Amino acid sequence: MNNSVDTIMVFLVLTNLMLLGTSRLGTCIRVVAIQGIALGLLPLFLHRNWGEIHLWLLAGAIMGLKGGVFPWLLSRTLRESNDSREDEPFVGYGLSVVTGPLALATCFWVSSRLPLSPQIAPSLVVPVALFTIMVGLFLIVSRKKALTQVLGYLVLENGIYTFGVALAQKQPLLVEMGILLDVFAAVFVMGIIIFHINREFDHIDTDQLSSLRS
Amino acid sequence: MIFLLILIPLVAAGLAFAIRQDALRRGILVATAMAHTTLTLSAWWVRPGPTLRGWLMLDAPGLLFLSMTSILFLAAAVYAVGYLRTEKPGKREDFEEGFLFTNAPEAVFTGCLLMFLTTMTLVTTSQHFGLMWVAVEATTLASAPLIFFHRHHRSLEATWKYLLICSVGIALALLGNFFLAAAATKSGGESTALVLKDLIRDGGHLNVPWLKAAFLFFLVGYGTKMGLAPLHTWLPDAHSESPSVVSALLSGALLNCAFLGILRAQQVCAAAGQDLFGQNLLILFGLFSIGWAAVFILGQIDYKRMLAYSSVEHMGILALGVGLGGAGTFGAMLHAVNHSLTKAMLFFVAGNILAVYKTKTASDVRGVLRVIPISGVLWIAGFLAITGLPPFGIFLSEFTIVKAMLDQGRTWIAVALLSLLSLIFVGMSSTVLKMAQGRPSDGVSGPAKGEAYLAIIPPAVFCVLILMLGLYIPPAVSSVLHEVARGLGGN
Repeated sequence: MNNSVDTIMVFLVLTNLMLLGTSRLGTCIRVVAIQGIALGLLPLFLHRNWGEIHLWLLAGAIMGLKGGVFPWLLSRTLRESNDSREDEPFVGYGLSVVTGPLALATCFWVSSRLPLSPQIAPSLVVPVALFTIMVGLFLIVSRKKALTQVLGYLVLENGIYTFGVALAQKQPLLVEMGILLDVFAAVFVMGIIIFHINREFDHIDTDQLSSLRS
Repeated sequence: MIFLLILIPLVAAGLAFAIRQDALRRGILVATAMAHTTLTLSAWWVRPGPTLRGWLMLDAPGLLFLSMTSILFLAAAVYAVGYLRTEKPGKREDFEEGFLFTNAPEAVFTGCLLMFLTTMTLVTTSQHFGLMWVAVEATTLASAPLIFFHRHHRSLEATWKYLLICSVGIALALLGNFFLAAAATKSGGESTALVLKDLIRDGGHLNVPWLKAAFLFFLVGYGTKMGLAPLHTWLPDAHSESPSVVSALLSGALLNCAFLGILRAQQVCAAAGQDLFGQNLLILFGLFSIGWAAVFILGQIDYKRMLAYSSVEHMGILALGVGLGGAGTFGAMLHAVNHSLTKAMLFFVAGNILAVYKTKTASDVRGVLRVIPISGVLWIAGFLAITGLPPFGIFLSEFTIVKAMLDQGRTWIAVALLSLLSLIFVGMSSTVLKMAQGRPSDGVSGPAKGEAYLAIIPPAVFCVLILMLGLYIPPAVSSVLHEVARGLGGN
């Protein structure tokens, strides 16, 4: 059972590292989309209840939203904006890529100290979930473009969701769908705001949003 | 009946988006608010039973916060009608920088207001932690377009900060939810559902380290939305850039809803015998918020930002009160009611001042008492109330909280609180009193036909209410407040 789950986890780590080192916004969107699809497979392989409709519905919804709708929304926003790459992030790409493995090591160390019985979650899930959360937060604070910050938010959400699939096995479908709906609406509203930022400022650099102080 | 409470504003929101005639849409806004308030108040006599497998229920904290939200929304709806009448469509000049901008369509504004009410109702009525999270995130999304009503670069900046900071914060609260689910999973693999009642019943069996981690994430996540320092950074921007009626709702209703999330987590902690852990954290965050707010209120030049920082201060007092437990919790709940009413009133009046003087800089506003006398009197009354002077309600609730500190022998916290409060009093008084008195600069004149009723009645009614709450607490309110305090392990 653990083989396929572990494969997905390794895949998550690789996509995260790739996000840390990529400057092209279009590529970033595609990487996050692939990550979303991998995440959609996770509940199926983690619980191995092939007959349960609940899991299939959930997997379908996740893959459809994270792998299809979000990338479509974001690449539309990207096409309308004048930027295609993140040129000068607050933290350079070299440094970002070096931070990745260090963060990964920290996450493994932290999760080895968390009391969690292995029957609840396979051993790789917790450190990788933590790592994904950290990468998401890092992307939000270290990048300037509004679009990259939304991608960071999605990666953060992916990490939290990985935790959720592992820890909260019996989450009711209504809540899961509600969470997905909220994330969808969040990306939608953020997309609209980015559209306005682009129209108002002719770019989507959030470090220029600095007229409100103290 | 709980379904009705949620469905009425939801349907009305749908209608508001579709209707073209302004007058009809404004009528729907007020009618919905009245229906919602009537239903909510009727719940004080007949408490509706649980629905949807106990996921939706009105317990004492829910009822209290729902009532505040509903009453505030009614006042805001009335005020909004007057406000929207003065906001003519088309391009207008910015007060501060002189460029031209347009407003968002009124249909979008009204629709989002009603969606905002729907989501806040869902927050206060939901008993399931997951559902509650969904509702809190939905409040962020429903209110973001409200902040972006005036379409210019400053409100855009405020909206972006609000969306991103609150969404990330609330995402962390989702992690808290999952940790709570882990805490509720027994070693055999079976788990308690994340419904408040079940969690409290099984409180003794919860896994303590996971529960503590869950509480931390709830505190940070919902604390971001509630505006506890140092997580409050979105709050002054959003409050100063949005229309005053939205600021009133954000400050008086939304922050409370986020606080309810922390209260629920604390209820579970108390049931698991871990109330001290949560209480100490709340005291720490509370004191820090009050201190931070005091620093920024002193020397604040923008009067709407000053009110926003005052909200940070009062959220700190709420956290502090609940952190004390017992009588402190009772005081904190009373304080939540008083603060909501007072702050909404102040934001309404600030909107009136802004409409006449066309500036948010306090030093450019002089002689409010002469130009718009009723608003001027309400501005001073609101200031006296918010800084905790008798005979207003906040005096009573702050007094209760300080007394709880002294009874528990925590003299140092009381000394710190009182000295910070007096600092804030000095800071606010120098701003507010100068605005109210003096001679207005040339070219400033009040409305020709006197002040509009719709702009005066909502704050005036709230002024009477907070005066009443300072002198007499109705027994029904008092018993609900006691019930909340008992649920948090007090007596």
